Amino acid sequence: MAVKRHDGRKWDEPRPIVAKAGVIPQADGSGFFKIGDSTAYAAVYGPQEFHPRKLHDPKRGVIRCHYNMQPFSGPGSRGRPGPNRRAKEISMVMENALSPVVQLEDYPNTVVDVHVEFTETDAGSRCAGICAAAIALADAGITMKDMVASLAVGHLDGEIVVDLDGVEEHHKGEVADIPLAVIPSTGEITLLQMDGVTDPKLVLNAIKTGRDIVAKVAEVQRQALLDRYPADSPQWKALAKKYTEAKQ
Amino acid sequence: MESPCQEIHGGKTMNDTMKKNFHDALRKGVRRDGRALTQFRDIEIEYGVSSTSHGSARVKAGNAEIIAGVKIDVGAPYPDTPDEGSLMVSTEMLPLSHRKFEGGPPGIDSIEAARVVDRTIRESKAMDLKGLCIEQGEKIWFVAVDLMPVSYDGNMIDLGVIAAMAALQDARLPKLDEDGRPLLEELSDEKLPLNELPIAVTVFKYADQYLIDPSEVEERAYDARLTIGSLANGHLCSLQKGGEGPLTVEDIEHMFDLGVSTAQDLRKHFQ
Repeated sequence: MAVKRHDGRKWDEPRPIVAKAGVIPQADGSGFFKIGDSTAYAAVYGPQEFHPRKLHDPKRGVIRCHYNMQPFSGPGSRGRPGPNRRAKEISMVMENALSPVVQLEDYPNTVVDVHVEFTETDAGSRCAGICAAAIALADAGITMKDMVASLAVGHLDGEIVVDLDGVEEHHKGEVADIPLAVIPSTGEITLLQMDGVTDPKLVLNAIKTGRDIVAKVAEVQRQALLDRYPADSPQWKALAKKYTEAKQ
Repeated sequence: MESPCQEIHGGKTMNDTMKKNFHDALRKGVRRDGRALTQFRDIEIEYGVSSTSHGSARVKAGNAEIIAGVKIDVGAPYPDTPDEGSLMVSTEMLPLSHRKFEGGPPGIDSIEAARVVDRTIRESKAMDLKGLCIEQGEKIWFVAVDLMPVSYDGNMIDLGVIAAMAALQDARLPKLDEDGRPLLEELSDEKLPLNELPIAVTVFKYADQYLIDPSEVEERAYDARLTIGSLANGHLCSLQKGGEGPLTVEDIEHMFDLGVSTAQDLRKHFQ
């Protein structure tokens, strides 16, 4: 596949990524994920008291995501602040993307709030948000079975590409944008959306070939956590101790 | 859980015992982070942090971080000022930045902070609004600044003015096409017409002690505060008293001196 991309990237090459953990000192856990010109900050508060009580689940905790774009983070004019239909829908699909890896049974009757804010966006914001949120959950010490990595795949005139940017999303020819989230160890998909007219075979192919590249993003997320908690840090030692005790 | 604290009006305050201990410590000149009572946290300013904005800046002070983003658009002037552009400052205390904030429409904390920051910049005449007129009575530049607390740790107004001014300094006007319509994604080299650097310093009064640049925890226990917006020449451009405690004229005089001298130090952090 020798697709020509406007910024010279190879078909399977995501934009440059910067990932950090623990960027918001006031939060229980936080993450930063910048891919190209899309930048997400995520803060986790919880597990904490859940209001109203009627929403309590005595078997498992609840993850509540809040996706929000800052008024200066979109193209063109200032965006209207506050939640809109798009933000509410994305918040919901983010909850579904993250929940499968979180051991929610550990936190009955509580809520884990995940706030995700954007300071700049150039396509792929929900994916960047999921990546930042997964780092933040791990940073907060929430029990997780694995990381969740997220990236869009898609095609430009039938040629598969990963991580479409704003220019590619507005490609004049045929284009499809498929945001994916993946559990790296199992290859399971936890976020799947698409827009654009496309042959189903092409979509399946894009998901299959793109999935492994998406899973590689998890390495960058893990590295962000390793940078925050080096092997000689007290948090790491405490975790190692807990792990050995649990094994015995 | 921080047991000495209780939820009041959606925020957190200290109970009487904690407040008394806190005041006693201040009387001995002791602050939680070891700073002197009138010592501002070390400030770091970073310009150009958001590619979608027309100007942006990040301000860090200890555990506090604020990002300011500017968006500029063409609009119609207000009928009473047909030859002036306009400036608006908004903020939202984000639940991302501290657990005490809840989602929903901006509360009184957000509204006050945005209005005082707005007033400090507007009334200082820092921005030449006439210089933002494109066509008298028809078209003007409309400049909007949004303040985003990334990590909230007190003193939103002072840090907000610093972030807003840095973002305004960083901003460039969008290009206009042949018909005078703005090309919002193409910036010119033209900067905003700024000719002053207003700085706000809020002096907090705790019993008989004065303190500046409080952390979020310190903010829970003050009796009164006075925000003093000032210019490089030492003139004042805005005031806002907050808190339930009254101030004497002597208090106010002392607070003016502190506010103006601290502002001069803060000005040195700008490019």
